[in-house]
Amino acid sequence: MSLRSPLGKVRGLGSAKEGVAHWWAQRMTAVALVPLLIWFVASVCAMTGADYDAVHDWIATPMVSITLVLLTLAVFHHAQLGLQVVIEDYVHTEWLKIASIAIVKFAAIGLAVASIFSIVKIALG
Amino acid sequence: MASNNRPLSPHLQVYKPQLTTFMSITHRATGIALAVGTLMLVCWLIAAATGETAFAEVQAFLGSIIGRLLLLGWSYALFYHMCNGLRHLFWDAGKGFEIETAYLTGRIVIGASVLLTIVAWLWAYAAMGAF
Repeated sequence: MSLRSPLGKVRGLGSAKEGVAHWWAQRMTAVALVPLLIWFVASVCAMTGADYDAVHDWIATPMVSITLVLLTLAVFHHAQLGLQVVIEDYVHTEWLKIASIAIVKFAAIGLAVASIFSIVKIALG
Repeated sequence: MASNNRPLSPHLQVYKPQLTTFMSITHRATGIALAVGTLMLVCWLIAAATGETAFAEVQAFLGSIIGRLLLLGWSYALFYHMCNGLRHLFWDAGKGFEIETAYLTGRIVIGASVLLTIVAWLWAYAAMGAF
């Protein structure tokens, strides 16, 4: 027996049984971001004032390129998951909510691809 | 929708603002600010991939007063969101829900994020040979 109302079923409201995946991905990307961001901030602090060649050489180091790509993936995944929840909490007009979430997701994918392309371009010279 | 006029939690007009309230909304605000900040990071990476002139322009902006203020804000937002995020992970594990503990960890988060911001900026200025 389902406890959902007939109207709720038709409109697809209520649990779609995917909430845990969103929640879990938010936590796992958070855990991944702690060491990645400490490394990134420390590296950037140490490089403050460095010239173009020094920064270029740093990004082109294989371990740095790989870690920067991982950082990019974790950052944008975490950011779009978080912004989605903020929008769901505060935007109650259905079309605006869906449009805002779509824009956030498109932007996250676009920015992530732009970052990764830039890193790979530098890495492969 | 019929439910549009129902009063919604967290009843901001009834409850007294508390440290925990303030820290919760700051976590959201810093998260949004950091998401906007990724635009700067992407600009920096694209400029580095484009060439020396583009990179110099982005570096000049970041080194300006406005650029430095933005970086100060983003660095604090990052450390706050990271420290408070760790606090959230402990809550997710079911730990630290006692009222005194929640206030204690809250104060630790604020202190640690201020301290980490100061350390990062001292490090950056030292790397530039300011001292």
